[in-house]
Amino acid sequence: MSLTELRPASHRPAPPPKKVRTRSWLYRFDNKTIPYVFISPFFILFGIFGVFPLIFNGVVAVRNWRLDDPTLTGWAGLGNFERLLSDEDFWNALGNTFGIFILSTVPQLLIALIIANLLNRKLRGTTFWRIGILLPYLTPVVASTLVFAIFFARDNGMANWFLSLVGFGQETPLDWRAQKWSAWIAIATMVNWKWIGYNALLYLSAMQAIPKDVYEAAAVDGAGAWRQLWRITVPMIQPVVVFTVILSTIGGLQLFNEPMMFDENPQSASGGSAHQFQTIAQLIYKVGWKDLDLGYAAAMSWALFLIILLVAGLNTLLTRRIGGDR
Amino acid sequence: MTKTYINRAPQDTGGTWLTYVSLGVVLLFSAFPVYWMFVISTSTDEAVAQIPPSVLPGGEFWTNANEVFTLNEVFFAASLINSVIVSSVITLATLFFCSLAGFAFAKLRFRGRNALLVVVVLTLTVPSQLGIVALYIVMGKLGWNGTLLAVIAPGLVSAFGVFYMRQFIAHAVPDELVESARIDGALNMRVYWNIVLPAIRPALAVLGLLTFVMAWNDFQWPLIQLNGTDFPTSMVALSDLASGNYVIYRRVLAGAFIATVPLIVLLLIGGRQIVRGIMEGAVKS
Repeated sequence: MSLTELRPASHRPAPPPKKVRTRSWLYRFDNKTIPYVFISPFFILFGIFGVFPLIFNGVVAVRNWRLDDPTLTGWAGLGNFERLLSDEDFWNALGNTFGIFILSTVPQLLIALIIANLLNRKLRGTTFWRIGILLPYLTPVVASTLVFAIFFARDNGMANWFLSLVGFGQETPLDWRAQKWSAWIAIATMVNWKWIGYNALLYLSAMQAIPKDVYEAAAVDGAGAWRQLWRITVPMIQPVVVFTVILSTIGGLQLFNEPMMFDENPQSASGGSAHQFQTIAQLIYKVGWKDLDLGYAAAMSWALFLIILLVAGLNTLLTRRIGGDR
Repeated sequence: MTKTYINRAPQDTGGTWLTYVSLGVVLLFSAFPVYWMFVISTSTDEAVAQIPPSVLPGGEFWTNANEVFTLNEVFFAASLINSVIVSSVITLATLFFCSLAGFAFAKLRFRGRNALLVVVVLTLTVPSQLGIVALYIVMGKLGWNGTLLAVIAPGLVSAFGVFYMRQFIAHAVPDELVESARIDGALNMRVYWNIVLPAIRPALAVLGLLTFVMAWNDFQWPLIQLNGTDFPTSMVALSDLASGNYVIYRRVLAGAFIATVPLIVLLLIGGRQIVRGIMEGAVKS
């Protein structure tokens, strides 16, 4: 067979027929099989380490699977899930996760929008500003959280000092880790710090794709800069807003690093002395690798998976609805 | 000047002094925690609790760094080497496998191509972190638990990488170039190596930087695998450094700062590429 049959679009002369005949099996192999060889590493590796564990997780969740006692196996049925429903630690962690999630997502995306709007102008040093706001995104969460842990220290912490500067000084300094609300705010601050710049760049990129005549047309109505942002820019970049809402839902509900490192003793994975800020991802880690109960940890992972699906879906609807009304 | 901004697109409007001041404040907030990490890592114990906070570096960096490196149970030097190994292997493998698959999806014809590409896009949405319990059991069956292999293996490919490479190659490599090389008798591997790879260097830089940063900062899975071993990654070593009843902050932050420096260097060298990668990713998704 000749190669010209396979590549009819070519205008080049075919290679000498002799060469083709002696190596034709090789070319056939190269045409038919090599494409699959090229894509196979992805499918094999992702299958083994990505998809299979997620499915297998469902099997582990309905079995007894303990690391400390391998003899205790067998089907648990829905036992792990029943236990979940009456597990105070789980509901507490779920509440914490949602509390931190809301305190971080809403301000994060709003501030990112405003910063993106600032960057979406004719500026000197465009690249400098863009790279600058990405510094938090690159900084390891483990490292930055250690800094924030000192900011939010009870004694001589910078956050308390700042509060006293603006007139909110307390008799006894605020112990940020002690209460739920204050610990949530501290952790949400860390999450916001890390992700605002990143989201601002996502918004900026979408803003720059908006055709200029959209703005020119709206100028007739006499829209000011602020109204321009909310009336024209935000509705125009709505798909990216939905995308960032989904991204921060997936990320926020799996929050692990910040609450881990904010703890006075990170290795305990307890999320504070009374689990004030223990998240679900942290609880999964504790149940699986401190309590050594993998079956129950797998059940929790599945529950979290369902919750993420649900919340991501709800948020998408909500964001669409809010944007669509304008 | 006062009202002209109203009828223009924001992109055409110049920044006022207020724009620059606001951006300056944003930048200050972004940089301060990292800068303060550096300040404390160069200071004595007193600086941590100083009010108003100390904002100038001291001269104790080498003392603090030396303490971090000589702590017996933390293995900090080894952890940095491990992080370099893990992140480099993951980055190189991701670049190779993803560009190879991206090339096949963009330029080669084979049965089921479109369906398989849809599968790749669908896997983009899989939060594989939720499978960690089962992944741990898989690694146990392979006998890899507690080794660097277990940390590296799940990061070798990424669905985002394949998709990103496919999009880039589809635009950056002309069909005619691939076809004429094939007519001249070049095998697909040679086309990939001699034509595709040189043409997609910018995309390799972007994906490489993003992958390296992610691998370097990864914490949960390395913690599960390497906590308590003699060869942690630097993030696991840091969590070890910050645990215990008596935490010395200048020492902890010296370690944190050392583990952050490689990324600051990357931002300085490749900031432009990282910005572009994030912004392009937004448009595509």
